[in-house]
Parts: sequence; structure tokens; C-alpha cells
Amino acid sequence: MCIICGCEDIKVQGHCHDGDHNNLKDLHFGRNHVGVEISGISETRLIEVKTDVLAKNNMYADRNRKVLTDLCTLSLNLISSPGSGKTTLLCRTIEEIGSCSLAVIEGDQQTTNDAKRIRSTGAQAVQVNTGKGCHLDGYMVGCAIENLELNPNSILFIENVGNLVCPAAFDLGEDAKVVILSVTEGEDKPLKYPDVFTASKLAILNKIDLAPHCNVNLELYEENLRRVNPKIKMLRLSARTGEGMKTWINWLHNALAKKSHGKMQLD
Amino acid sequence: MHEMSLCEGIREVIEAHAKVHKISRITKVRLEIGTFACVEKHALAFAFDVAMHGSIAEGTTLEIIDIPGRALCFDCAKEVELIDRLNPCPNCGGGKLIPIGGEEIRIKDLEVT
Repeated sequence: MCIICGCEDIKVQGHCHDGDHNNLKDLHFGRNHVGVEISGISETRLIEVKTDVLAKNNMYADRNRKVLTDLCTLSLNLISSPGSGKTTLLCRTIEEIGSCSLAVIEGDQQTTNDAKRIRSTGAQAVQVNTGKGCHLDGYMVGCAIENLELNPNSILFIENVGNLVCPAAFDLGEDAKVVILSVTEGEDKPLKYPDVFTASKLAILNKIDLAPHCNVNLELYEENLRRVNPKIKMLRLSARTGEGMKTWINWLHNALAKKSHGKMQLD
Repeated sequence: MHEMSLCEGIREVIEAHAKVHKISRITKVRLEIGTFACVEKHALAFAFDVAMHGSIAEGTTLEIIDIPGRALCFDCAKEVELIDRLNPCPNCGGGKLIPIGGEEIRIKDLEVT
């Protein structure tokens, strides 16, 4: 558009602004596309974008959410540091609730070890190797869902890459993020990595059988969790000994019941 | 290092806008980053230069505009502005706050020629 007269005809190179707009007697060629150059006015212009950088990821996440909601499949995004016991917890969970009513997406940078562990329980699992990536994203999870045969009213566990930082930022289309913290990691982890604990609905304090051996204060863990997320639900368990597993299984059944009744918001 | 993934997203958005608006050169990209966004700004600036390499935005200046963090205090039930995630409530001194704003990671605009 011509910045002097506002005419739309950008093909007119050097049209005249002296009198009649259509008078092409005086020609002035500038560097910009309207062929007009005025001292004091910069050619620089601003293009408003106002786009969320994660918009593309969120689009894939919304697509996943629709697929999972149509199936009444409860989807949980399990996040923790490496070695907190996510896969052991999943294997134990499968023993308790049965393999046919659930499926697992395993995220790691490399190896198919975790998917093999899950499959050995009889449950279906897809391994997603992120290569150099430090988190799963909506697109990866969408591809993994296509490779699973999800049953209606079942549970999809998405075991994210072991990392307390990046997975917090990426919506996968899940119903809830569940953060797992093992008691050996230190009571101040919620304060050091608040984002992931803020984004989670449930925090599982795992490996409580080790608590007496490593001088940890479980109340302090929970106090710090509440400080960064006053709404977070918490439970203590040991996937190894089975202590506390019942509460976790009850939480899963309640969450699945809510999902089946069309309540998207879990408590 | 998810900052690299974010910058790849930024590059895609820029390239799409460059095509639509027939932009030949981008001199500045302005991002709005919330105080509570899961972003390390130095890492983002580093990743930005790398991710823009070979694109229309190669060598472009990155300007980051900080968006203040807002939180709901569970002790006094007020919405307050927070400079740091772990700061106490500036109104009542309470320590239980949940972010309600300042999590943006947004491309505001492009300065082009």
C-alpha cells in the first residue's frame, strides 16, 4: 500500500502525489515496494504476530485430547527425574489393575529397555526415542497413539523422558500430569524445580522404604510441594514393597470413573 | 535444552509470516516471555541464533520483553505480582502461591524491511 495516498496499487512504480493521483508525470523510485522514499520515515515496519511459540505443539495436544476423550481413555503424563522409579511403578501398577485395560508410551532419549519391561508384563507399549530431545511433545505422542490399540475406558500412561524441567512446558493432551519424586532426591526438589510441581495434579513420593536409611524428612517434602502448588494431591508409596500402592490404584480408579462420566477436570 | 525446540517453533512462525507478508529481511524479533515461563532466557538467546541460521531471520536481533508474574495467594486470596516464583506474598507474607499469569512464551512482532 502506498504510504502517502493509501492507494492499494503497488504495481504503480513511482506514481505522482502532486495533484491528480493518476498523473504519472513525476516519477520517484525508492527502494521499497511502493516506490516512495521519504526522508525521516524509516522503511522499517512492524508485523504483528502475537503467536504462542507452543501453538503448534498445543494443536497436536488438542488433537490427542480429542482422540482420547472420544475413547474415554484416561491419560496420565508421568514426569520425574531419571531413576525415580517410574517404570517399576508402572510394572507394579499393571500387576494390580491388569494389563488389558491400559497402554503405555515410553519416552527416553535412547534404548527400548523400558518398553520391553512393560511388554514383559503383557501390556502393550510403544517406545518413543527422542534422540537428543529432552521431552515428549504433542506430535510424538500423537504418532505413538496411532501405534497403539487403545480400548475404551482404559488408561494410557505416558512415561515422559526423565527430566524435571522441560516436560513441564509441553502439553501432550493428557488429563493430568503426575510427578514422581523418590525420597533419595532431596526435600528441596520442589523448590528447585517448581514448574513441574506447579503443573502437576498429583505428586507421588516413591521409594519410601528407603526413607529410614537416608535420613529424609517426608513431611518437609510435602510442605515444599504445597508451597509451590497448594492444590497438589500427594501420596507416599514404595513400588518395590507395595506399601501405599492401594491408595494409588484407588486414585486411578476414581480418575478413570470421572473421565468415563465426561468430567475432564480431575481433582 | 527445550529452548532449541522453542526456537525451531519460532523459526516456523517467522517463515510462515515472511511468506504471507512477502518480507525480504527481518531486522528484529520481539518475544514476550513471562516470569514463570519454563524458559531460560540466556539459553533461548543462544538457541535462537543457532536455529535462525540459514533462514530469513539469520543474524536478526532478538529482543525479549519480560511479562511480570502474577500469582494467587492461598493465604489472603489476593492476586499479586511476584518477581520470583519462591517469593512470599507481597500482601500478607504467605508462602502458598500458585501462578495465574506470566507463563507466556509469545512472538509479539517482527521488525521488517
